[in-house]
Parts: sequence; structure tokens; C-alpha cells
Amino acid sequence: MPSVCFYFQVHQPYRISKYTFFDIGTKHEYEDVDKNFQIIQKVSRKCYLPTNELILSLIERHKGKFKVAYSISGIALDQFERYAPEVIESFKKLSDTGCVEFLNETYYHSLAFLFSRTEFDEQVRLHKNKIKELFGQTPKVFRNTELIYNNELASHVEKMGYKAILAEGADHILGWRSPNFVYQPKGCYKIKLLLKNYRLSDDVAFRFSNRQWDGFPLLADKFAHWIHQINASGEVINLFMDYETFGEHQWEDTGIFTFMNMLPEKILTHPDFNFVTPSEESDHYDPVAQIDVEQFISWADIERDLTAWMGNAMQKEALERIYSLGQKVKKIKSPELVDTWRKLQTGDHFYYMCTKWFSDGDVHKYFNPFDSPYDAYINYMNILSDFSERLHN
Amino acid sequence: MKVLMFGWEFPPHMSGGLGTACQGITKGLAKHGAEIVFVIPKMKVKKSRSHVRLLDCEEIVLKEYGEEISETRSLRMKTVNSPLSPYMRDKEYIEMLKKGIIKQEVESSIVSCLSGEYGPNLFSEVYRYAQVAGMIALQEEFDVIHAHDWMTFPAGIEARRAIKKPLIVHIHALEFDRSGIHINQDIYEIERTGLDAADHIITVSHYTKNRITEFYGISPSKISVVHNAVSRHESQAKYQIKKDPAKKYVLFLGRVTFQKGPDYFIEAANLVLSKEKKAHFIMAGSGDMLPRMIERAAELKIGSNFYFTGFLKGDEVEKAFAMSDVYVMPSVSEPFGISALEAMAYDVPVIISKQSGVSELLKAAIKVDFWDVKELANKILGVLKYQTLHNEMAHNGKDELKNIRWENAGKKIMDIYHSVV
Repeated sequence: MPSVCFYFQVHQPYRISKYTFFDIGTKHEYEDVDKNFQIIQKVSRKCYLPTNELILSLIERHKGKFKVAYSISGIALDQFERYAPEVIESFKKLSDTGCVEFLNETYYHSLAFLFSRTEFDEQVRLHKNKIKELFGQTPKVFRNTELIYNNELASHVEKMGYKAILAEGADHILGWRSPNFVYQPKGCYKIKLLLKNYRLSDDVAFRFSNRQWDGFPLLADKFAHWIHQINASGEVINLFMDYETFGEHQWEDTGIFTFMNMLPEKILTHPDFNFVTPSEESDHYDPVAQIDVEQFISWADIERDLTAWMGNAMQKEALERIYSLGQKVKKIKSPELVDTWRKLQTGDHFYYMCTKWFSDGDVHKYFNPFDSPYDAYINYMNILSDFSERLHN
Repeated sequence: MKVLMFGWEFPPHMSGGLGTACQGITKGLAKHGAEIVFVIPKMKVKKSRSHVRLLDCEEIVLKEYGEEISETRSLRMKTVNSPLSPYMRDKEYIEMLKKGIIKQEVESSIVSCLSGEYGPNLFSEVYRYAQVAGMIALQEEFDVIHAHDWMTFPAGIEARRAIKKPLIVHIHALEFDRSGIHINQDIYEIERTGLDAADHIITVSHYTKNRITEFYGISPSKISVVHNAVSRHESQAKYQIKKDPAKKYVLFLGRVTFQKGPDYFIEAANLVLSKEKKAHFIMAGSGDMLPRMIERAAELKIGSNFYFTGFLKGDEVEKAFAMSDVYVMPSVSEPFGISALEAMAYDVPVIISKQSGVSELLKAAIKVDFWDVKELANKILGVLKYQTLHNEMAHNGKDELKNIRWENAGKKIMDIYHSVV
């Protein structure tokens, strides 16, 4: 009985304001409050509110047979509370159905695991508490920022007590094996590894409205048929994607909402198929093999590695500098400074500095509020100069 | 494909980017099998030459410019005795006339004999050049005529009339770029006539293409964009300049005229110096705004960190690029801006105005609005202060230049030739 597992990523960084060299030492506010307000309002209107409503109606219509999971970054939750509290309310309603699971991640959507284990633990704990506070659930499944993953992370997370961890079903870690089974990370004994079926996931997230794609137009019937074909050759189909796929990356007029509205029904017409949350998936299925992932992987770009955030010298320097300030920040014991420091750790800041133009450049450009990676770097480094000056005083 | 090409200048006798571009274009075309006769006005005239000699084509062995000998067959130069120079204003021409610089040449000029009269202004000079052009066109068989910028348009039109072959006009700069809104109406008229008469138009950027459709009412379907490129020369290796770590050099290189935005450079320099005393600014070039710029630097009391070099030649230009930490091109209106590519060839990070054609092409560059002085200063400070950024831009620039080649531009132009003949 194959199970389909939906997990949606919800994230919005704090956009930083235009910050020039002349602002250093004079301006200590780094957030672009107006822009953040506008973006949260816009995306809530186009995506979060209508999609939550749709998911709620699907759960009700299918009487508990349709289930989904969310991972919502802490800073996205903060911004909803400030700028669009109705989004929090609608997620609470979803939580109340009992068919929605919330996953755990780093509060600040950071790359902390790569630089500081104590900082990583702290951010995971903060996020866990936030989820408990808002939705009354204690997360059992972990997913790291941008699905960054390796053996070491899996072992670390296992020790923290999680039953499962999510990762990209990248070809180079799977080899001949299929992402449609539950695995165990190498060096682990309890925790399970749930791998994204990137082909099917990206059919929805990236290719849905692409007229050049031979799968176009993607209708619920067709997609359900592709899923049903897995029947004998897999146990799970993990569809992991950005929640902003609905209404923001794929606009409403592409038919994405209609597609999603029909999809559960079409999948459930086959009696062998059901929906599960990540927790249920790891409860119901045993690992078929161990997967060895020495080098870090992620769900970004064709490379599925860290180069979107750490591919060039500017990114590495910026990351090293922000983490090098950790000890000093914590010594000062100012919650406000710690919060500012952590907001500057959000992965998006480094993504904007990416210079891999020739392959994935277009995607990067779409998500980049800066004119160029150089502008992003200068802006960030100016802020960092001011921030470290403040720490030294 | 045999091409009759009209230009203003050609290395090494040149004062601006047009000559560099023409050299690159002809090189690129030669790679694709074009045979080119290139006609330029030439100012230096030996008195001993009779007018008949002057009309003769002057074969210039390209080896002189470091080219391969095999290319000499595909490119020949012809010179026409004329004091025309690409960036000359009508006013300047009359000045020269008064000072007797031109007069001397006129006496020995065939061209005056041809027309039987000598016009007192730049425009009659342009038309005299055109008459000679018609004669040159009749001397040999050509498949296509290619004219670079307004001064050669009458020549191109005349040649087209004489031999009835398609005319391509190539726009490197418009009167609107050089003069802003205070355009010279006569030049505008020549430009418009050339654009109308042409069978096809090539522009160096989409920026320029848009301006032509907007200001001259030309249909966009008649215009193709062919971006310029840059050649790497061996001389770069010569200038492994030892840099003084106590000094950071910021370079402006170009004519010191309204079009190039030298005033924005000075204002930005002033702001940069308020934060970074190590910064030193070089303004290389001459032009009508130079005296005002020198005064302004004095007013701002930044003279000790600001150098005016005047017009630089060949190896001086190379040296200036090689010693710089960042190149700034704050042009108010720049159809292309080939100097940005040259700077990159010396591993120098570039900051260019968004109002430049080259900004359409470049990724490894920082782009600012020319009028945003504070932002320009911010970006200069960024490159000077953050060494990682400097290195990253130099490195990426080098990579990017590998794909910006005259050969590719030549291919595109060849395709255009084939579409009109």
C-alpha cells in the first residue's frame, strides 16, 4: 500500500534594507520593515491564505484521509504574527484537524550546522518551542535548512531524539536505488531517512506551467496516473516543495489551485494508495537499506550541493565572519543583539551572493532583490561592519 | 564577401573607442572570410604628395599593429585627406581653421580640387569626404557598404548611389549621446538621413536601438544589435605593477565631456575620501569639461588625492589600467563603453552606469545610475575595502571576457550582410 507524503516549506527571510558604507556607525536598523510588511501581505494574499483554505477543505472533504506536513521557519512565523496574524490563525485551524504535522528546523533558516553545533542546537530548540507554543505539537521529524544533509547531521539529529529526517533524493547519493522507500542514514540505528522524489515534486513546483515541457499541461488525472505507476516499485512517494509554489511561483491563473483541489481525489481512486505525514511514514515503513552521504547535499540547483550558499569567496567570507562573532555576541547577553546576529545568519543573504549564473542563474535572479551578487555582498558586509563595531563598543 | 567600409579612425591613429571597435569588427569579419577596404580620413599629410597620389589607396601592412600577416589580404586601408576627427565639434573645426591648422592641408588637398570649393565648416568637409567615397567605390567591385557613425553616412550614401549596393550603417554613438538634449540639428539631420537610407542598421546595444526607434522614428525591425567585444593583447603582461598598499587607485578614463559624466566621478571621489584616505583618483582624458573639473577638485580640496593626466596614449593607457584597483565609467549616456571591457582585461573590477550599453552584456560588473553619486561612492568603497569582492570581480571578469569576442560579433555582422545582399 504505497503512501504519498506531502511536505511544504514555508519561509520568508527578513529582507535587509539598503545599507551603504556611509550608514556604518550611524544607522543600526537593518531590516527593511516596509518591504517585509508588503511581501508578507502579498504572499499571504496570493498563497498562504487561499492555499491553507484549500488544504483545509481537502482534509474535510476526504474525512481525514488527506494529510500534509509543513515546516515553517521561525522568522516566517514571527513575521506572520507581526504583519498577517490571520495566517497564523489559519495554520492553527489546520493543526486542529489532526491531519497536519509540523516539522522542526532552525528558527532562523540558517546554515548553523555547518559552523556551530551549539548555535544549531539552540536554534532548533527555539523553533521547537515556537511550534509547541503556536500549534500545541511537539515536532518529531527534522528537516534542515534547504534540505542540507549528511551522515553527521543525521547522527546529530538522531541523538536529539527525532524519529525521521528529510533529505533530497539526489541521484548521486541514491545511485541505482529509488527514492520511493524509507532508508536509514549511515551510522544511525533508529532515525529514518525520508527522501524527496525530486522528479515528481519538481513537476509540480517548477514545471507545472512550463509550456515547453512535454508533460504540459499537468492535470490532476495525469499526475495521479504517474504516481499510481509506482505501485509495485515503491512504498512511499515524498512530494516535498516550497509552499509558495501555490499562487506565488505558479500563479493562480496557471490552474495550480484547481490541480491541487482535484489531486487527492484522483490519487485516492486507486484503493492501494493513501496519504501519510512524515511521522506516520517513518512509523509504518522499515528502512530497506542504509544510505551513505559523506559530503553535504541540499535541494538547490542542479548540483544539489552547498554551492548556492558557499560557492564563492564572498559567500564563504560573509558566513565565516558572521559566525566568528558568535562568542562575542553571546557574552554581551543582550537578547536584541543575539536576535539581530541570528537574523543575519539566514541562508537567503548568502544565496543572493551566488555567482553561478550560467546554469541556475535564472532561478537565482528571480529570487534576488539585489541587482547583482556584488551589490548583495557589499550591502551585507556594510551591515556586518556596523554590527561588529557595535559589539566592540 | 567584399566590404567597402567607411570609418573615422583606426589604430594607432585614434582618439577614442570607435577606432578600437572598428579594428575589432574588421578582425572579427576577417575571421569569417570577409574582404574589407577600410576608408578613413587622415589628418597628417605630407606636403610632397600630389593630389593624385592621395587618392591612391595606401596599403597598410597590418603587421605594424601586431596583426597576423595573413590578415592583410582581407583588410586594406585607404585614406582620404581630410582633417575630420571623430569627436570634433563644428566649433572646434572653425577654431582649427582660424589657427591655420587645417588651411595648410587644404592647400595640398585633392579633395578641394575635386569639389572645386572649400567649405568653411565641418559639414562641407563631411560632404567632400563623401564625394571621394563615391569615387573609391567605383574603383573596385563590392558586395556591401558599411558606414560607421554620422560623419561617414554621406560617404556611405554616395557610395550606395554610385554602385547600387546595400548600405549598412553602424551606430556607435548618436548626437543625443554626445550632447544630451542640446543637439546639433545638422548632425541630427545627417544621422536621420543615413538611418533612413540604410538597408539595415547595426547598433552596439539595445539601449542605442531603443533610442533610435524613439528619437529617429526608425522601425525596430530594421535594426540589429551587435555588442562590441575586446581583444586581449600581449602587452598586458608587461605591466606587473607593484602596488603600494597604502594607495588605492580609482580610474576614470575617457573624454572629459558631458556624455562621460566626469562631474559625477569627482563628487563621488569627494564622498569616498571622507571615509577612505587611501583612495586616489585618476581622471585620464581631455575634453571641454576638463577646466571645470580641475576647478571643482580644487574647490572640494581633494587635489592631493586627485590626478588629471590629460589625454593618454597607447602604453600610458595600459599602465593606467594596470595600476588601478577599480575602474569607474559613470557615463550619462553610453551606447556601449568598450573601455569597461578593456579594464576587465587588466583584471580591474568595473563599476559602470546603468545608462550604458555594455551593462546589458556584463554580469561581472557593478551597475549604478550615473546620477546616484552616493551609491557610486558606496560601491567604490565596497571594492576598495572588501578585498574578497575585488578578487571575485577580477576573477569573474576574466571568465566572462572569454565569451565576449570579436569573432562572435563578426559572425553576427556577416549574417546581416548575407541577409541584405
